[in-house]
Amino acid sequence: MEEAPRSKKRHLLLAFAVLLLPLALAGCAESTSPQAWFGRPESDFARILQGLFDRIILIATIVFVVVEGILFIALFRFRRRPGQGLPSQTHGNTQLEIGWTIVPAVALAFVAVPTVRAIFETYHPDTTNTVKVQVIGHQWWWEFRYPDLGIVTANEPHFPVGQKATLTIESADVIHGFWIPGLGGKRDAIPTRVNELWWTPEKTGEYYGQCTQLCATSHANMRIRAFVDDQNGWNAWVNAMKSANGSQPAPDVQRGYQLFTTNACVGCHTIQGTPANGQVGPNLTRFGARTTFGAGLYQNTQENVTSWILDPQAAKPGNKMPNLHLSEEDASAIAAYLRSLK
Amino acid sequence: MATISTAIPGAMPAREAVHVHHDYGWKSWLMTVDHKRIGIMYGVTAFGFFLVGGIEALLVRTQLAVPNNTVVDPDTFNALFTMHALTMIFLALMPLSVAFFNIAVPLMIGARDVAFPRLNALSYWIFVAGGVLLNLGWVSGGAPADGWFAYANLTSKEFSPGPGMDFYALGLQVLGLASMAGALNFIVTILNMRAPGMTLMRMPVFVWMTLVTSVLIVLAFPVITVALVLLTLDRVVGTGYFVPSMGGDPVLWQHLFWIFGHPEVYILILPAMGVISEVLPTFSRKPLFGYHFVVYSGVAIAFLAFGVWSHHMFATGLGPIADSGFSLATMLIAVPTGVKIFNWIGTLWGGQIRFTTPMLFAVAFISMFIIGGLSGVMHASPPADLQQNQTYFIVAHIHYVLFGGTILGLMAGIYYWFPKVTGRLLDEGLGKVHFWLTLIGFNLAFFPMHFLGLDGMPRRIYTYPADMGWNTYNLVSTIGAFTIAAATLVFLYNFFRSVRFGAVAGDDPWDAATLEWSIPSPPPEWNFDRIPTVFSARPLWDEKYGVEGGHGHGGGGGALVAAGHRGEHASAVGAPAAAATAVAEHAGEHPEHIHLPNPSYWPMVIAFGVFCLASGIIYALPISIVGLCIIFVGVNGWAFEPAG
Repeated sequence: MEEAPRSKKRHLLLAFAVLLLPLALAGCAESTSPQAWFGRPESDFARILQGLFDRIILIATIVFVVVEGILFIALFRFRRRPGQGLPSQTHGNTQLEIGWTIVPAVALAFVAVPTVRAIFETYHPDTTNTVKVQVIGHQWWWEFRYPDLGIVTANEPHFPVGQKATLTIESADVIHGFWIPGLGGKRDAIPTRVNELWWTPEKTGEYYGQCTQLCATSHANMRIRAFVDDQNGWNAWVNAMKSANGSQPAPDVQRGYQLFTTNACVGCHTIQGTPANGQVGPNLTRFGARTTFGAGLYQNTQENVTSWILDPQAAKPGNKMPNLHLSEEDASAIAAYLRSLK
Repeated sequence: MATISTAIPGAMPAREAVHVHHDYGWKSWLMTVDHKRIGIMYGVTAFGFFLVGGIEALLVRTQLAVPNNTVVDPDTFNALFTMHALTMIFLALMPLSVAFFNIAVPLMIGARDVAFPRLNALSYWIFVAGGVLLNLGWVSGGAPADGWFAYANLTSKEFSPGPGMDFYALGLQVLGLASMAGALNFIVTILNMRAPGMTLMRMPVFVWMTLVTSVLIVLAFPVITVALVLLTLDRVVGTGYFVPSMGGDPVLWQHLFWIFGHPEVYILILPAMGVISEVLPTFSRKPLFGYHFVVYSGVAIAFLAFGVWSHHMFATGLGPIADSGFSLATMLIAVPTGVKIFNWIGTLWGGQIRFTTPMLFAVAFISMFIIGGLSGVMHASPPADLQQNQTYFIVAHIHYVLFGGTILGLMAGIYYWFPKVTGRLLDEGLGKVHFWLTLIGFNLAFFPMHFLGLDGMPRRIYTYPADMGWNTYNLVSTIGAFTIAAATLVFLYNFFRSVRFGAVAGDDPWDAATLEWSIPSPPPEWNFDRIPTVFSARPLWDEKYGVEGGHGHGGGGGALVAAGHRGEHASAVGAPAAAATAVAEHAGEHPEHIHLPNPSYWPMVIAFGVFCLASGIIYALPISIVGLCIIFVGVNGWAFEPAG
């Protein structure tokens, strides 16, 4: 076992430390991800989680620096030098053992106490005067129902800023994970159960979310775009959704309307105010007002919607929509009709 | 066959005589019941599966290297990460640990073999059968693709109509059989077959961790077996234990799975902790600091392991009381884990550290495991976990524990015990290249995953859009994964080269303290010419350096061993060969009449029967009936096999 020269070894260790440094620094940089949760809580609920995480990360960083520091000091100080006799054969030290049992236990108490408090805060919200939202996970899209408002939509929920929302989370098929990081933590959508979540959004804007429980083929394509509106925007959205009943298709999209209501589309989709009242697929009421479709997968453009209708399987692997073998002209007409529903 | 005759009765056998009766043909490997050879077979098979699991990981990382990638389709991707986890956990890391149990434990406790040598062979062959069955889906109708945790009701026939989850359920049941048989064998071996004088508190810590791990296996695997039987019934017979439309409860699966699944994490890490508890003292030239505390904290971790399962389920919504309880219990585990880390550092402190390859891996274990341990505390807090849960933050954490911990620890073990098994040393230069490439690749692959988690990237997604801010981290991670692959190629080259041309190791190349280094490398079939008598936790050390260097552990006073083979203790590192102060002869043991069990092919036959029985449930029932007949014939043959 030839010893490597001492300086060489030190260089290697140094090189390793230098390698880790940029990685660590990269983490401190401001995140550019629209789905980041760290450092960007935008609701009271998300703030509870962030506050707890901040405290833990502070304690963890101190522990990390101290323990790794002692480890590396030991590695440098006690490396073998030529001509040494046997080192002192120490077997242990009871005081030390008691010390390093108690100190971590005390440090953990600083995490445990606020943790338990936060657990009780985050469960079972008071639901008086809140915006109630029923979230239902499907393979592979999200249904959002506002029972008090009579609104049903898919994948793009809206919330009013500064007003508490209480959500119930369920599943229509397998387990999904409901998560909008900027607004709050996740809860699983489990068949046979109703989970709860709540938040009071603090800032208007668009929030990305995504399914977090593996739910087979298109699990990666089960995304959410949530919108936090100011009071006017919220009122406008609610009114538009409610007034969908009785609205007539514009003359230039009549053909698309005819095609939609006479084809298999109506078996699965609902558009309020039309004969389409299927319950299997996403509710398409006010489809034109959505920014994305396919559960956050595509921008809501004429071209994208047309190509989806032409070949749904190619657009989103595994999804339940059959290929109706429509002509490009018909698909385009349907897309134009859907996009006119604003 | 069962009795070895030495050339000179009453005297130590000549070294040459040892190998005279050995048969190393391929048939001897199929029939062997020698713990050392079974250990080698476990190790080689597990490493083969390690490469398979690695290739699966490389495919996953290739797909995720850039956004909107199309290297594999979504269902293949789901199968790849599912099989990566299953392969690494059940077919690579666990059996690699078992390889060390087999190779090291009997030698460390001064035994001739395990308690039940044929059962040991049976464990190995059933493990092979389970590994094949689990992987059969790749070529026969689709591999499991619902994640290694296989949450119901996605696993029901309705949502997973292919045979993938049948391979999962039956493959794991077969593997569980192998694990439980092996664990019982090691519990009995360790409790009953220690050399005279080796009290429990004189056992090497690796033996202790083997015992603790085996107890965990015996207690945890029945739970997953029950769950898997229910799942199999749901899928094959149409019961509805986990099917909501039939009144079943998918959350029940989660509880059963994690009651097994969390102890399983400790089943994976404790053996590696045992390995480095041997390696660190050897290369610090000091005894393990706080032996009792390291042992007790290992036992404490095992106890707590059964009370923390729901911390995998904080997003399930079990209510504030359950969440609080499981959270506090989980945080509690950090205490004994911390105690271990501090004692390992205490072992280094004041020592004379030799940075050999096994030592580098062992030290890296401590350094990396600290990171994995701390991120573990981060998601022990349920509200904080509501953000981290199911993101890449968790993927980073488990790899810092299972790669930074288990794999680095087991690598330390490979470099450490390779000379004992083969008689040759692995090349140190190549070993260091392997180490540094592994360490750098590992951190490149997994450290950025922390940031991906903070940036909201969920696990188990086969694709992601380009505008999520995840591109750089993913690319770096993939580069890291391929760096690990390169490191592994260096290791394979080193391995095959050193088996043939490596430097001859001698009995005690590392100047170590435990019994396995007191006998030749490789050891004779019967291990010890004479069963040694043990007076301390460091029998060989005390023989070499005298008790004054040792203050014999456990108050044994005069610490001494009668190593069967004594001769030059001078090691490759130049340890002084202090004269043995005495030889304690164990009464009734004569080197010329050592009973060894006969080789047997019945374990292999029975394992084949088990394979047929299980695969018949997937393919066609008559195959199962044939399997049952084979098992019956095998058990009969086994029972009436002459003792030799």
